[in-house]
Amino acid sequence: MSDTKKITANHVARAVIPDPGFGREVEEKSRTRVSSCFQCLKCTGGCPVTFAMDIMPHQAIRMVQLGMKDEVLESSTIWVCASCETCTTRCPNDIDIAHLMDTLRQTAIAEKITPAQKEILAFHRVFMMTIRFLGRLYEPGMLGALKAWTRTLNRGEIKLGWKMFKKGKLKIVPRAVGESRELRAIFAKAKQKVKGEGSKVKG
Amino acid sequence: MKNSKLIKVSYYPGCSLDSSGREYGESTEAVARDLEVELGELPDWNCCGATSGHATNERLDVLLSARNLWIAEKAGRDLVVPCAACFQRLKTAEKKLLEGPEKEEIPIGYQGKIRIKHLADFLWEDVGPKKIREKVRKPLPGLKPVCYYGCLTVRPPRVTGARDPEDPKVMDNILKILGAQVMNWSYKTDCCGGSLVLARPDIVRRLVGKLLENAEEAGANCVVTACPLCQANLDGQQDEIARESGKKPKLPIFYFTELMGLAFQNPDTKGWWKRHLTDPRKFLKEKGLI
Ligand code: SF4
Ligand code: SF4
Repeated sequence: MSDTKKITANHVARAVIPDPGFGREVEEKSRTRVSSCFQCLKCTGGCPVTFAMDIMPHQAIRMVQLGMKDEVLESSTIWVCASCETCTTRCPNDIDIAHLMDTLRQTAIAEKITPAQKEILAFHRVFMMTIRFLGRLYEPGMLGALKAWTRTLNRGEIKLGWKMFKKGKLKIVPRAVGESRELRAIFAKAKQKVKGEGSKVKG
Repeated sequence: MKNSKLIKVSYYPGCSLDSSGREYGESTEAVARDLEVELGELPDWNCCGATSGHATNERLDVLLSARNLWIAEKAGRDLVVPCAACFQRLKTAEKKLLEGPEKEEIPIGYQGKIRIKHLADFLWEDVGPKKIREKVRKPLPGLKPVCYYGCLTVRPPRVTGARDPEDPKVMDNILKILGAQVMNWSYKTDCCGGSLVLARPDIVRRLVGKLLENAEEAGANCVVTACPLCQANLDGQQDEIARESGKKPKLPIFYFTELMGLAFQNPDTKGWWKRHLTDPRKFLKEKGLI
């Protein structure tokens, strides 16, 4: 297909010999029927961020069906998807594509695959770290940590940050959740489950 | 204030309304007072996890919202949520806790006895047009807004319960009652890029640029939103978009609650305009509204 970034010999080999294992694994994890996709392209047609994707949403679906695991998990697409839910809303086969993107991101994280969009995963991690410590988002802390981590702070952002601060949009003191024990329990529980799931899928 | 008329609900402000979306929080509370709605902030609520939660850990995403829903059901009142992203996370968790395997896995006994409503839907459906009309003291005829709903107030409809996800009308209806000349456009529910703004501002600027362009093309002189993420992106990225493209536009981006406050002549409005990154004060003065 002309809009595919690059088709390697590896792609072709897998296209000829499909590996349904990955597709089944993803279907089980995401609880959405990827196999019912008939490539109508409606998802891709309505997706607002295809200009920043290396594989189109309908191609990602097809690649999951064919078991092209590495290609999907190493793609930019799974990270730049904005979770806008347009595809999910419009799919004639009721495939929850937005949720499938979540599943693919989580699989990529679990398998420690280097993300094609490092900054985006760094953002998610810093965001969740803030929630873990405070229970609520603290924007100044999160922004500082993210920019220090990814070293991507530019002049435009400094200007915007300063302007927001002057306008009272960034507070000096965070508001934390009182029941921090409950919160710790939530994070611990979520972690256990993720481990459990990994082993189930492999079996 | 006559107590018989008071509508009492639980209120989940979400993290943004305390910082980047402060004027949304302030105007929501002011308008609620005007409309005799008692917003009882959910005690000790936690963040819903937003995009990062569901992107990285599905279980954690449900658990974070489950705690909030559990607190809300104990409080026993309908839960009103002004942030589109929080609203959608809470609704997603609700569906899972009631119908999914999560019902057994997260046995908090959530029964779905309360309704979860986005603020705009709540004001339109529960408070109602009659009450809103009664409170209008200064109509807004000079305003030609387009209403921007973004993604998560409506999508996916199976979760949000939106009746018309491609063409929502609640904000349009409210703004019309306020006397604004609401313009039609086909970008009501297009995406602004949401939280991608921090890691990939280039993507967000491209999406926002398109939205602003089309708002102007539709003949609008301002944009009205119901989500702190949408507002922050449309309002905050305009400087940079203008710098990159070497041209205009300086469209004021309002929260619909701010314009309700303005039409109600709420004394607190002054504090809100100065928080905007694209300052709307000159525009509002020209229109004789402040
Ligand atoms: S909209 Fe649904 S059926 Fe059509 S290509 Fe996309 S996933 Fe497949
Ligand atoms: S949810 Fe992701 S893949 Fe689907 S339309 Fe939105 S950005 Fe595209």
